[in-house]
Parts: sequence; C-alpha cells; structure tokens
Amino acid sequence: MLTLSHFLVFGAVLFAISVVGIFLNRKNLIVLLMAIELMLLAVNTNFVAFSHYLGDIHGQIFVFFILTVAAAESAIGLAILVVLFRNRRTIHVDDLDQLKG
Amino acid sequence: MEFERPDFSLAAAEIFVAVMALVVMVTGTFLRRISRELGYALAQITVIGAAFITVFSVNEPTVRYTFGTMYVSDWLGQVLKLFIYLSVFASLLYGRLYLIERRLEKAEYYVLMLLSMLGAMILVSANNLLVLYLGLEMMTLALYALVAFDRDNGLRSEAAIKYFVLGAISSGLLLYGMSMIYGATGSLDLGTVAQAVYLGAGDEMVLKFGVAFLVAGIAFKFGVVPFHMWVPDVYHGAATPVTLLIASAPKLAGVALALRLLVGGFFGLAETWQPMLMLLAVASIVLGNLAAIVQNNIKRMLAYSGISHMGFVLLGLLAGVTDGSHQLAFNAYSSALFYAVSYALMSLASFGMVLLLARTGFEAEHIDDFKGLNRRSPWFAAMMLFVMFSMAGIPFFLGFFAKFAVLEAVVAAGHTWLAVLAVIMSVIGAYYYLRVVKVMYFDEPTDRTVLIASSETRVLLSANALTLAVAGLMPQGLMSICAYAILTSF
Repeated sequence: MLTLSHFLVFGAVLFAISVVGIFLNRKNLIVLLMAIELMLLAVNTNFVAFSHYLGDIHGQIFVFFILTVAAAESAIGLAILVVLFRNRRTIHVDDLDQLKG
Repeated sequence: MEFERPDFSLAAAEIFVAVMALVVMVTGTFLRRISRELGYALAQITVIGAAFITVFSVNEPTVRYTFGTMYVSDWLGQVLKLFIYLSVFASLLYGRLYLIERRLEKAEYYVLMLLSMLGAMILVSANNLLVLYLGLEMMTLALYALVAFDRDNGLRSEAAIKYFVLGAISSGLLLYGMSMIYGATGSLDLGTVAQAVYLGAGDEMVLKFGVAFLVAGIAFKFGVVPFHMWVPDVYHGAATPVTLLIASAPKLAGVALALRLLVGGFFGLAETWQPMLMLLAVASIVLGNLAAIVQNNIKRMLAYSGISHMGFVLLGLLAGVTDGSHQLAFNAYSSALFYAVSYALMSLASFGMVLLLARTGFEAEHIDDFKGLNRRSPWFAAMMLFVMFSMAGIPFFLGFFAKFAVLEAVVAAGHTWLAVLAVIMSVIGAYYYLRVVKVMYFDEPTDRTVLIASSETRVLLSANALTLAVAGLMPQGLMSICAYAILTSF
C-alpha cells in the first residue's frame, strides 16, 4: 500500500537530484534547464500527493498553473539560450565568465 | 456552493495595466512607423493612470478582499504599488535617451516593462499562495526577457542566463516550501494558513521545513548572502535602465513577499524564521560592504551596496518578536518597510545618475567616469553627493533615518551586538560611497563632454535626489505612511 510518505520521499528525491544536477553540472546549460524542470515536477508530485490525501482540490489546481508557468519559463529560458549561443558560440557553463569583478 | 461575483473594482489598477500592456503590444505591431513615440507615451500614460486609480482607491482604509480571499486591497499593497509605479516611471524616463541612442526603443520593451510591473502589482496584493506565485513569475519572467533585450550584446545574454537560472531555482525552492505548507495546513489561503499555524494545527516538523524553503526562496529574490551570486552579474550585465528597474521594483515586491508570507502567514512561527533571517542579514551586511570596496565598476559597486541594504531590511524583519512578545512587531516591520522604500528612492537616483552620464557608445559604468563631475556640472555633482551621502547613512539624509529606524528596532529587540556590527559595517561601507564623492570633487575630469539629457530627466532626477535630502530633514511623513500601512494591514 502506498502512503503519503512514499510520495513525499519520491518528491524529495526528485528535488535533490535536480539540485545536485544544477550545482554539479559544469558542462551544458541545457542540462541545467532540464534540472530546473525536474525541480518543478518534484513540487508537482508533492502537490498532487497532498491534494489526494487531504481530499482537497486546490493542490491539483496549483499543479496546472505550475505546469503552465514551467512551459513559459522554458520558452524564455531557451530563447535566452539561443541568444547566448549566437553571441558566444558556446553554451558551456564554465565559459560564462565575462562578468566578474 | 453559490458563485459569488468578485468585486473587480478592487483590482481596477491591475486590469487597467493588463489591458494597456496589450494595447501597447498591438499598436507596436500594427503602427510600426510611429510605434516608438507611441509606445513610450502609452507606457507612461499607463503608469500615471494606474497611479491615479490606486490613489483614488485608497479612501477606504480597511482591508478588503476580492476573488474569494485570493486578492487583498490594503494600505501595504497601495503604498508599495505607488513606489513601484514611481520606479517604472523613473526607469522609463531616465532610460529613454539611453534606449534611443542604442536603438533599443521598441514597443516590446515597453510591453515587458508593463508586464513586469503588473506582476509586481499582483504580487503585492496577493493573499493566496497561488496568486503570490503567479505574480512573482509574471514579474521575473518579464525581467529575464528585459535583461536579454539587447540581443547582440554578449554581456546582456550572459547576465540574462545567470538571472534566469538562479531565478528559476529560487522559484523552485519557494514552490517546494509552498507545497509543504499546503500539506501541513491543507490550505493555500494565507489567512487560513496563519490560523492553522496559530492554532498549532498540522505537523510542526513539516511546517518548519516548509518555512525554511520559503526563507531560502525569499532570500534569493532579495539577493542576500548566500543567495546573492546573481546580483552583481545581473546589475553589471543588464542595460542600465533595466538595472535601475531590477534594483527598485522587484526589491519592493520582495518586501511585500516577505511581509505577506512571513508576517501575514507565519507570524506564529516567528521564532523559527527570525534566526534564519539573522544569519542572512549578518552575512549580507558584512560581505556586501566588504566586497563593494574593491569594485571599480559603479554598477557592481551599487549591486554589492544593494546586498548590504537588503540585509538592513532583513534586520527590520527579524526584530518583530522577542521571547514570545509581539509588542515590538509593529515598529520593527514598519522600519523594514521604510528602509525598503528609502532604498528604492536612493537606487533610482543612483542609477539615474549613471544613465545621465552615459551617451552613445559610452556606458559611464566605471567609477573613474565620474572624475571631475563637479567641473562638468556642479549641480548634478551635488545631486550625486546627496545620493551617496544618503546611501552611506550620513546624518540628516533619508538613508540615515532609515538605518536609524531599523537599528532602533533591533536594539529594542535586544540584539545590541547586531546593531553594533551593522553600524561598524556601515562606517566601512561609507568608504566606497565617499570615494565616488572624492572622485567627483577632487579629481581632474578625463572627458569634458557636456551632459545631454532631456529637461524632464533633469527635473525628475534633481527632484529625486533632493527628496533624499529634504525627506531626511523631515522623515516623519514617509515614516508615518509606512507605519500606517503596517498598522492597518496586519
């Protein structure tokens, strides 16, 4: 039998993977965007699980909005990525070092 | 369940701005030839119109809810909104010549500006975790696009991607915290959450876990240490009018976020989040001031100074509850609000000065570019002097009273060591502000170009800087507005 804590642990694991992915990844910005997406999905899992076990619909409505915002966010993120690639010819995280002081 | 018709009049300003943003977008598409002047004019009309709507809806001092209880109209929201309008208005006006010179003056720029203002407005009036999140995302998504707007400039795109990635992480943290809070209290409504927290309902462990994530998310948006990595790069990399906006409106919205979530929702757990804020505040005041000393780029210097200023805002927020007593809360939170509003005014004027000195092909980003400003324009050198003195907290400028109010609250809460540390760091911080003054008055100018600016910019910039001096002589007005906003809203 699956209980609430199973889902919460699953969400926490997803969240942890995404955070590790963001901070350990020094190579590719697209992997970074995927990690961000994963982070939002971890939150969605949490919301759906809580919503189901609380018997309250608001959590699931929140998930719809998060999905929509995530889509908008990736659109803007990829657009910025394209602009960056056109200017720099690279999307390596380590190459983003022109801004420092 | 019966459907209750929402009172749209309470959200009239937001609806007006949303419609006008679409109008600017459509006219920008179909009337390309005249869209430049039209876009600017429409954007300014929108900001002024929204300000009128907000001012005229202030009459009722009580807190009113609409759209169920999702949206709240109160003094806190209205005061912050008026300062957000001022920030956007100033960014549009100060930055106009800069944009024209760099051929960035397009309708899309104004659309994004208005949409990010709309997001900030929704955020400050939110009374529900969902609305809070949507307002926040609307504001920041438009800002990411604004930072990347000058698309052929590598620095801008690098700043944009850094801002985007760290902003997305911060929303993720905030959302994770929100999901925990939803799970523990069973509600997204901040009033219900506050009640549940007060009654001790829900798993305390889960709640505290959620609050820790919320604080991390808020700290990211504030840009305080250790979540400050994006601030200097974004301030440096973004076009100066965008930097001016990022340094003012989102900070005010961030204060609303902190007040609505932590004070409005989790006042019952104040003794859980206050130590976290204390850690963040100490780290940002120390690191912000020390790192600003070594900067040669004035935008980076102002970024680090902004980090330390946001640390001061946190000082006000963490002084509310001591030993379970709420007596100091009112003074503490109004001092934080007062500090944030004063900081917004100061950062508008400081980046306004950077914009004033910039011209075609020249960004005026270095502190050395202010050399001998007194010879070139004694009046604006004096204005910059006021801004720098106010930021340093030299007595009888606005910044001094802001720091004084916050420190008074901190001492009243019994954290004397914190106040002493903040004062010592402010004295160290005075060095880099005074360095700008020294460069302006005692160094020979390297270039003697006459300053070009429209008369509106000159008037507003002078008024902005003079406000810092005049409001410093009689800070009571602004202070009592902030106090009243806190008194009536919580």
